[in-house]
Amino acid sequence: MSARWATLLMLAAVIAIIPWFFPSGFYFRVAALIWVTALAAVGLQILMGQAGQVSLGHAGFVGIGAYTTALGPKYLGLDVLLCLPLGAAVAAAVAFVVGRPILRLKGHYLAVATLGFGMLVTMVLVNEVGITGGPDGTRVPRAALFGWVIRGGESFYWITGGALLLGVWVALNLQHSPSGRALAALHDSEVAARTVGIDVARHKLRAFVIAAVYGAVAGGLLALLNGFVTPDAAGFLASIEYVTMVVIGGLASVPGAVVGAALLVLLPQALTFLHEYEQAVIGLLIMLFMIFLRIGIVPGLAALLRRKPA
Amino acid sequence: MNATRPTAAAPGGREGVARPRVDARGEVLLTAEDIGISFGGLRALDGVGFAARAGEVLAIIGPNGAGKTTLFNIVSGLYRAGAGRILLDGRDVTQAPPHRLAALGLSRTFQNLQVFFRMTAAENVMAGRHLHEPSGLFADLFRLPAARRANTATRRAALALLAEVGLADAADRPAGSLPYGALKRLEIARALATGPRVLLLDEPAAGCNAVETEEIDRLIAQVAARGVAVVLIEHDMKLVMRISRHVVVLNQGRMLAEGTPEQVRSDPEVVAAYLGTHGVAEASRAGARGDQHA
Repeated sequence: MSARWATLLMLAAVIAIIPWFFPSGFYFRVAALIWVTALAAVGLQILMGQAGQVSLGHAGFVGIGAYTTALGPKYLGLDVLLCLPLGAAVAAAVAFVVGRPILRLKGHYLAVATLGFGMLVTMVLVNEVGITGGPDGTRVPRAALFGWVIRGGESFYWITGGALLLGVWVALNLQHSPSGRALAALHDSEVAARTVGIDVARHKLRAFVIAAVYGAVAGGLLALLNGFVTPDAAGFLASIEYVTMVVIGGLASVPGAVVGAALLVLLPQALTFLHEYEQAVIGLLIMLFMIFLRIGIVPGLAALLRRKPA
Repeated sequence: MNATRPTAAAPGGREGVARPRVDARGEVLLTAEDIGISFGGLRALDGVGFAARAGEVLAIIGPNGAGKTTLFNIVSGLYRAGAGRILLDGRDVTQAPPHRLAALGLSRTFQNLQVFFRMTAAENVMAGRHLHEPSGLFADLFRLPAARRANTATRRAALALLAEVGLADAADRPAGSLPYGALKRLEIARALATGPRVLLLDEPAAGCNAVETEEIDRLIAQVAARGVAVVLIEHDMKLVMRISRHVVVLNQGRMLAEGTPEQVRSDPEVVAAYLGTHGVAEASRAGARGDQHA
């Protein structure tokens, strides 16, 4: 069995089994939040881990997805479930237009340019009070599928879990495909990639658009899950958190992004007893992870496991 | 930016001018005419040209800083020529980006290695098959049969190429763990994977021991025998004299001489600028050995 299928089976097993251990319905919501966050992080892993292009504005696309889903029914008269793919399409179009000029930049310059993009999205969401509700956010209509109103943590748990599984499957497919090889090649050496016939600009843009679609779908699901969206979903802090998830889980690893997301969603919940020291302890833990598992949790543990039996 | 100046005649009255597509030496696949480039006012190349022919090994030699690698970077599309013209198969490709040139049949290796270090040896060569993979993004994302077929075919081709350069055993090792000589050959395999008609090799034997150099020597001859036009930058004069049919000598960004290895070796200006007396002795020894083999 390939590592790809092993990863998918493991994730499917985790999604299927953990509800048995939930002491209350509240945990369905926490877990659904993990799956949604992980979906956005997996998208960023494609851009950062596979193509090697940093983005400090990933949450901007999450915001676009979330707000399209929230506002589409009111302003376009569309069914809220139709607004989810619409958000993905809008994000893809925006990424296509924004990505062309900024993906020519490298390293720190690209980081700052993507940071600017994220801030731009947040500014629009905060300032267009009449449409977006401003900093207070806006309500998201309930979604209904053939008359069945989707509500309750458990329904969202299975929907978001399914979406994540699909997202991981696609990301793994990409990683082991000709297109994924082109991304890995330009990640390692753009010069060499170009001389073997890889259109570097085109492949970078593709990765950027794919990451944006992941972010927007996650944003749309997040809006449906919470029933409410605020500009924080698109904010700078959220963007940094996505980057942290991908790096901490293991840049090169798709499941690493899921583990990183789970960690960053769970830690604040688990450490509430520390009160005002909660953030400080999270920061410390992130530092320790980086110092002792620099290649990331998933690749780091995999390397440890390989060493042991020998 | 860089105005085309009239070609300064190279010392000895030789000029880097265009030749007919087919001449006495065979079919011309790649022509660089009158190439010039400046970096911050410094004229790095001026009036340099060569013509690479199918099945022939052309060597470009010259002291460090002569502009050899700069010439390669222009010809392979990484730099844009300030002056001059590049023809690939009769088509003007002076402005073409590297990936277009690769699609038109020009590939290269690098003096300072540009290996995909995070990949395995096989994946490096597989990346070189990029242009021959028919599957689209959609097929790749959803692992449609087209993507799976492309993967299988690409891996098979890559393993065959690795065997050809003598790296079959290293296929699934990370490229970063391979020794220097192996990486040089891995780059050649990756360049060959694109299916080039013109192959530019930038110091393929640099840093290699005698056995590895012999191996690369054999490999280059084998590639040229298939009808590929090979252009070689090399400092190992023994290798140059042994395998090249035509030699171009650069010095300080200009053509110093060109001709057969024998002509170049006996050119007093080349001897003065580059070879030195030691180099001549070495080159003639190599020539003598070549004669014995023949």
